[in-house]
Amino acid sequence: MLDDFLVRAALAGIGLSIATGPLGSFVVWRRMAYFGDATAHAAILGVALALLMSLPIWLGTLVIAFAMALAVSWMSSRGQSPDTGLGVLSYSALSAGLVAISFAPGVRVDLSAFLFGDILAVTRSDLVLVWGGGVAIAALIVWRWSRLLLSTLSPDLAAASGINPTREGLVLTLSLAVVVAVSLKVVGALLISAMLIIPAAAARQVAMSPVVMALTAIVIGWIATLGGLWGSLWYDTPAGPSMIVAAALIYLALTIYSAIRRN
Amino acid sequence: MSLITAKDLSVSHGRRLVLEHVNFTIEPGEIVTIVGPNGSGKSTLLRALLGMLPVSGTVTRQPGLVVGYVPQKLALDRSLPMPVASFLNLPKPHSAQERAEVLQRVGLPGVEHRQIAELSGGQLQRVLLARALLTKPDILVLDEPTQGLDQMGEAAFYQLIETVRTEMGVAILMVSHDLHVVMSASDRVICLNGHVCCEGTPHVVRDAPEYRALFGHGTQGALALYQHQHDHDHTDCDHDHTAEKDAVNAG
Repeated sequence: MLDDFLVRAALAGIGLSIATGPLGSFVVWRRMAYFGDATAHAAILGVALALLMSLPIWLGTLVIAFAMALAVSWMSSRGQSPDTGLGVLSYSALSAGLVAISFAPGVRVDLSAFLFGDILAVTRSDLVLVWGGGVAIAALIVWRWSRLLLSTLSPDLAAASGINPTREGLVLTLSLAVVVAVSLKVVGALLISAMLIIPAAAARQVAMSPVVMALTAIVIGWIATLGGLWGSLWYDTPAGPSMIVAAALIYLALTIYSAIRRN
Repeated sequence: MSLITAKDLSVSHGRRLVLEHVNFTIEPGEIVTIVGPNGSGKSTLLRALLGMLPVSGTVTRQPGLVVGYVPQKLALDRSLPMPVASFLNLPKPHSAQERAEVLQRVGLPGVEHRQIAELSGGQLQRVLLARALLTKPDILVLDEPTQGLDQMGEAAFYQLIETVRTEMGVAILMVSHDLHVVMSASDRVICLNGHVCCEGTPHVVRDAPEYRALFGHGTQGALALYQHQHDHDHTDCDHDHTAEKDAVNAG
């Protein structure tokens, strides 16, 4: 069954959503969307370095994404407005990565696969990576759930309860880097943030508690994956962007539904 | 052993020294109130004592001290759905019965399923207090807990605090603007203005020239809050306020 590329694609999207549902919810609650973008853009630089040094792509991506995540959280902890500095870092990393890839010896690299993902070409070892990373991050969030949530709601309340809100923020930052590294193949550097934010934002329209929102975001991620793949097959559209379009349609539908229900 | 002890505590925000050389202790079951004009470092002192800020000097908390903290306000983001019941379960889960009891105690029975973003200011303060009480604290720390409440709400809230302390024997450390409360309920009052101006029982503090200087004359302190003068004269107080006088003139 795993021989079928469509099955592998579906499994990749489903595995990834297990992490992006809860992590995406925190990204929405903490307004870290810009952060996801910067980390994802940096991943392209990681791809370039991995190609130049003949390392596994996921390793190069993970290292550079970690570095970017730490740099950005260090910047914002110094009270700098993240906006400009982040833009500089983020697009420098993206462009430097794109330039560096062209130096990779003897490799004809399909750039769009890294920018927009190539979920239909997911291999068994990619699946292991996505599921391993996805389940690990989901487990981490479940384990630290209360601490992460209280630190998000109010750093002061967390500190008074003996929780270090800075450390919890770092946990989320590094989780983001891991998710970026494992999802590059699935949705690509430019669409990872969308996979984090759109299902969570859609879930917000109907969820009345944090746990329900995170779980709903997972389910919406699953539906978007299957819907996107189906649409991609039917209309011959690119798979990764089709998944995001499906997620956006769910967001639209739930927004309209909740607006009608409130009136 | 004291619950919290601070020795020679100083805190600066950037280059500005907000607190200098403050010594502080609070004993089990004691009610201590910190008063002082705006910008005198009251909230900073609370946060420093709770270990939320980098400080110079030493702050010692009793090992295993459980703090129930009620912040001045809670910034709520609409993107985070948070019913009262979930909020009360942070960071440690409690049974539905415990949650119902504590909500009853703070006078808000049956609000478990309401979103905290939809509560009024007074209700939110009570829910914050309920959450603090659930942890069975050794000390309740309240940072101007009645800010934004009307007079009725304020009186009711302080009455609740007093009941809680009588029933649970918990120590209370609070920052207050309301000098009536300071006078009636506190064991000890600390008058703060970047440093400890004076300290003692409410009567001692009320009669202290430093306190009069900060909060005005002849009103028993009750109305002084609304007319306190920065450019007061010190006759027998050994510190100087020229810096803040300059700040007032500049502003």
